[in-house]
Amino acid sequence: MAIRRGRGVAAINYPTGMNLGGDPTQALVHSTPTGNFMVTLSSVDLGQGMKQIMAQICAETIGVPTDRVVVDTADTDTGPHCMGTFASRGTHRAGNAVIQAAREARQVMLEVAAEELEVNASDLETDGQGNILVKGAPQRSISIFDVALAAHFKRGRSISGRGMFLIPRSYPEKETGAMKPSTCYAHACTVAEVEVDDETGEVTVLTVKNVFEIGRALNPKMVEQQLVGGSWMGISHALYETTEPYYPNRDHGGTDFNQYLMPGPGDLAQTEIIVLERPSADGPYGAKGPGEMCANPQIPAVANAVFDAVGVRIDTLPITPERILRALKAQASN
Amino acid sequence: MELRKSYFADQRKDDLHEIGQPRPRSDSPGHVTGKTAYFADRNFPGMLHLKMVRSPHHHARIRSIDTSEAEKHPGVVKILTAQDVPHNVYTILILIQIGPEDETVLADGKVRWKGEAVVAVLAETERAAQEAAAKVKIDYEVLPAVFDMEEALKPGAPIVNEYHGRNYYLYDSGECRKVRFGDVEAGFAGADHMLEQTYQSSPIEHAPTETTGCIVVPEGNDRFTCYTNTQAMFFTLDNASIVLQMPGNKLHFVGGTVGGGFGGKVDVIVEPIAILGAKLTGRPVSFIYSREEEMQISSPRAAEKVVIKDGVMKDGRIVARKVTGYTDAGAYSRHSPYGAQKGAGHYPGPYTIPNVWIDTYCVYTNRTPSSAMRGFGVTIGDFALEVQMDKLARLIGMDPLEFRFINAYRDGDMKAHRQPTEGAALIECMQEASRAANWPVAEKFMAMSSYAKGA
Repeated sequence: MAIRRGRGVAAINYPTGMNLGGDPTQALVHSTPTGNFMVTLSSVDLGQGMKQIMAQICAETIGVPTDRVVVDTADTDTGPHCMGTFASRGTHRAGNAVIQAAREARQVMLEVAAEELEVNASDLETDGQGNILVKGAPQRSISIFDVALAAHFKRGRSISGRGMFLIPRSYPEKETGAMKPSTCYAHACTVAEVEVDDETGEVTVLTVKNVFEIGRALNPKMVEQQLVGGSWMGISHALYETTEPYYPNRDHGGTDFNQYLMPGPGDLAQTEIIVLERPSADGPYGAKGPGEMCANPQIPAVANAVFDAVGVRIDTLPITPERILRALKAQASN
Repeated sequence: MELRKSYFADQRKDDLHEIGQPRPRSDSPGHVTGKTAYFADRNFPGMLHLKMVRSPHHHARIRSIDTSEAEKHPGVVKILTAQDVPHNVYTILILIQIGPEDETVLADGKVRWKGEAVVAVLAETERAAQEAAAKVKIDYEVLPAVFDMEEALKPGAPIVNEYHGRNYYLYDSGECRKVRFGDVEAGFAGADHMLEQTYQSSPIEHAPTETTGCIVVPEGNDRFTCYTNTQAMFFTLDNASIVLQMPGNKLHFVGGTVGGGFGGKVDVIVEPIAILGAKLTGRPVSFIYSREEEMQISSPRAAEKVVIKDGVMKDGRIVARKVTGYTDAGAYSRHSPYGAQKGAGHYPGPYTIPNVWIDTYCVYTNRTPSSAMRGFGVTIGDFALEVQMDKLARLIGMDPLEFRFINAYRDGDMKAHRQPTEGAALIECMQEASRAANWPVAEKFMAMSSYAKGA
């Protein structure tokens, strides 16, 4: 009887969006009188940070700092249609809609600035700090604050834009299954290292090394939080979680967090996250959707590591101590 | 976290102002100081609490419902049964023309899973609603139930859901979604080795911090405001509009900040009945799942069974792959027909295989209806595929990581569902994993790229 060490690898891809049902999201952007920008959506922030990401996307596109943008999500009286926050589509679909709306608003903003500066709009650029400058002559400039005031009180212009992102629905071909279920794919490869106690069947995940390719990390800190959380969820799925321990028997489902097991702070694996960026052709600034993908590769990586450690295959999730002990017993009797 | 900028640098602009910056989240101070308002933080004068009377049986005919004792319970204001729901039989995907309507808001004549909602009780307090719910008398005739997907698919199995008339979802392609690419039998015939394995999972719970719920307030102008933590505002509004036979302009949904969802809040379950309660009483109604309801009643991830048969050559090339996937939808469709179909589009994973044959089934059983969850339709498939890859590599005596390089898809490769691969990056992820984990692979694999072969 001993504690045995093993490691396993898994590699996956993951689709962004869900155009087997059609996949639209809309956005509206408008300026306040003092040159702040309001993004109006009916998309939902689940805690992943959609509001922050949409603010950064809008700010980048208009050419202002992120703190000049306010995002209003999820009011059906004011927000235009969004299919919803699921299918790894939030950043990708809503982000694209926000870019389109912000571009339109930016164009009006530059037209008003051009009138104020008596130049052509095409000769103007933003400095990202809240100013609009004449290209090649940056001493000729106007603040976005003053442009917005002029638009609202002097020139009767609405600095606003409409954005729409729609992937038309794909209907699978009946006989061949030819279909276009999504637009771009995120990728991942995980190597997990485990210890298995062959006396108790207990698995400890020592390290997970996760490499994720996500198009673009629009906000690297928030990407990190999502990828670390997802990695934890993958390990939890692999080793702990089940609402029906004796599926298909329906007994013994948990009713609270005392009965529904998940790894606690003492069970956390040492987690390493590496991010690669291959921009997607249709993503907002190249972003793909990492939200779901990041919880998937740990599951088979851990399963493969368990085999590497003790030489038994557990092909049924979750990989519980009981299943490992039964498999070891069966192996010993063969 | 490390950003490895050396990969794909030629495809990227790295000189942006706001994108790529690790800005702090604007809403995090509110979250960590407890000041962020979630839907349940609202309280309205005269608010009623809704509790469900739920089926104790997996499958039963309802002979009678007697609410007379419950109605007399102090604090009870209104009791709703199936007859009170304008369009009681619905299905959420009907918005994208995926039918048939197969689920009842409140059970009508039959229950098909343990925990199914039968009677809704509205009372002044949660406790009164709970106590009154316990006084509702329902006479059931228990029917044979089926929990196992294989059992459900056998001839003569009890029919779970009459609206389908069979224990599987009928796609336009027949009893399953099919993908056919190349000639899988010819591929197997030419293979050096074959391996067929079966993988299974049981349901898991989303376990969000904030449980599912909503509060509905009559606005006095024939409109109703629904404060909700749904993941999909208009999806829920439009479905509620159908269930209640109310024009959408009578409904105003407010949400936006949710304490975790993971796919568990895309089923339209709490909102329609709470709006109906508010409409019929003229008072605000709160319907919030207890933790026990969240664990036992809300849709879990589906249990799945995946059978994979592969033909592989001694040099590591997979030449044929046949996948049969089964998704346990439970008693009702919810999003499961979509999930099973998404699975068909995902196999055979990020690998280029010339001959592929896929069938995915959405199966009905007398279990809690399953629905969307993070990785919907794909997660268990990835588990099965990647354990299978490990087994195949060991079968031919090859390093598991090198085996994946041989089969990894690259730009331009045709996938089984007949879309050319674009933006592939699997090879680079594996190269970086090789370095990070100190798991060396042959130099030729480290020299590969996801760009088109020969490019």
